[in-house]
Amino acid sequence: MRAEVTLRGHMYLKQRKSTFMYKRNCVHAVECAVQIFFTACAFLTIVTVAVITGYLIVNGVPAIWKIGIRDMLFSTVWSPTAKQAQYGILYIVLTSLVGTAMAVMLGVPIALLTAVYLVEIASDKMAAVMKTAVELLSGIPSVVYGMLGLMVLNPLVYRLELRLYRDSVTHQFTGGANLLSAVLVLTLMILPTVTSISESALREVPAELKASSLALGASQMQTIFKVVIPAAKPGIITAVVLGVGRAVGEALAISLVSGGCVNIPLPFYPVRFLTTAIVGEMGYAAGLHRQALFTIGLVLFIFIILVNLTLNHIVRSGDK
Amino acid sequence: MGRKIREGLLLLFIKLAAFLTILLLTGIILYVFEKGGRFLRLSFLLTTPSVKNGTVGIAGNLMNTLLIVALTLFIVVPVGVGAAVWINEYAKKSAFIRLVEFAVQTLAGIPSVIFGLFGMVFFGRTLGFGYSILTGSLTLTLMVLPMITRSTQEALRAVPDNYRLGAFGMGATKWHVIRTILFPCALPGIVTGVMLAIGRIVGESAALLLTAGSGASLPRPGEGLIHKLMESGGTLTVQLYLSMSKAEYDVAFGIAAVLLCIVLLIQFLIGMLAKKRVRQEK
Repeated sequence: MRAEVTLRGHMYLKQRKSTFMYKRNCVHAVECAVQIFFTACAFLTIVTVAVITGYLIVNGVPAIWKIGIRDMLFSTVWSPTAKQAQYGILYIVLTSLVGTAMAVMLGVPIALLTAVYLVEIASDKMAAVMKTAVELLSGIPSVVYGMLGLMVLNPLVYRLELRLYRDSVTHQFTGGANLLSAVLVLTLMILPTVTSISESALREVPAELKASSLALGASQMQTIFKVVIPAAKPGIITAVVLGVGRAVGEALAISLVSGGCVNIPLPFYPVRFLTTAIVGEMGYAAGLHRQALFTIGLVLFIFIILVNLTLNHIVRSGDK
Repeated sequence: MGRKIREGLLLLFIKLAAFLTILLLTGIILYVFEKGGRFLRLSFLLTTPSVKNGTVGIAGNLMNTLLIVALTLFIVVPVGVGAAVWINEYAKKSAFIRLVEFAVQTLAGIPSVIFGLFGMVFFGRTLGFGYSILTGSLTLTLMVLPMITRSTQEALRAVPDNYRLGAFGMGATKWHVIRTILFPCALPGIVTGVMLAIGRIVGESAALLLTAGSGASLPRPGEGLIHKLMESGGTLTVQLYLSMSKAEYDVAFGIAAVLLCIVLLIQFLIGMLAKKRVRQEK
């Protein structure tokens, strides 16, 4: 009986040539309506992305035309409310790039080592506890990170600043609200993402690979660093790219700790990121200033699309 | 340097890194509850800020958060699940399916500020909803759509093909199979996606600041729900950010404590669901 049912199922499928596909088979009105609904839902995702892209371009490009590419993208002076308003966003773009790069350089090694601990060293019980901890960290709202950065990190960074610039007469003290604080907050925020994705990458390394390495006389550390991590490289790169995405896009948390002037991105300077410029100024911006903020949004969007394309590329080359 | 020492050092680094994660989590939780724990009282949760009555409560924000969560889920669950069902059950391997998956992935990667900007112009200005809870919910719908779609997709993929074969063999129609076999089997996975989405909505701030604004009032008696949805409303996170900017640190820590409670609860529920799923598979 059961075999017969399965057989009939197979025949049914064969009849339609491809798996589980209704092709020109809207017999009942309900079936038909349901299929149209599901297709519409899928189509909606594409439309959404297209509309978002369109709106950002339509709203972001006019300012570039009015201000001029050179005066906007390659000028460093951002003073939109001055009488002779200037809209150079070079430092803002650089801040986002440098800040993200620093956060990734700090965060990825820590996250990767944590993942190694989870997969290779911790006992099952310990690993379960740690995993919960990582998940909880990733669930904490970003403003809470910003708040803690402001209350805890800023004073610490300020103390460091006081010590480093003790004899300087030119340095403007930031009270801890500077690039370094923002980078530290970003580092903490990307830790859970990078850890959990690296962890699943490390777990997928075949046990035989590890066993062969150990059987050849390699120590545990040699096996981890020379065999397991290289084998998990595509997954780890994916984790890093997602970390970059998260760091580039973070807004309110770092707007609390990064000071708020457009400045060259050096650790002890108050800076403004692409994201913090948008959330910080949108409230009072008008006219060309507002359009310029949309251009900043467009630049950010282009960065994110590049990150996504990279990710897609990695995933696809990993599939082969 | 001897190999033994070098390896010992490496192991030490690994353990330090792992220890840091635990330290971070316990540190954050203890610090927030130490500073904001005293706010976890009913009077804080059930009053609105009022100079006259001398209250600083967050009832309005709590209500806004609940409304936004409910409205967003109401829109996003059918659409997200629908898209996943289409990808998994209806679509053929084609360029279109790749396009849909790329769209979902792109949506997942777009930062919340961009959603905020888009929502502000599209839902706020073009569609004329202004700064309102409705604008905020619609914006967040786009933001959490990928989470729902992905977890549904994963759950559907985990349903064994034999179930489908058996049902089709007995002459069930497609929708019947989806309704009576695939949805019940995939339910825990879908619910996990919904919980993750709730976590994201509760924690979201930048997108909402730009779309839903910062109102903190409770609906006045006699006004309907629709009126409330068309008003600006700040969620807990937005209020936390605003309190922080205004240097009202006490209130901020109180809200943070409430938020942590919600987040811990959500993670706990997700953990329970995962355990249930593992048991089911056995």
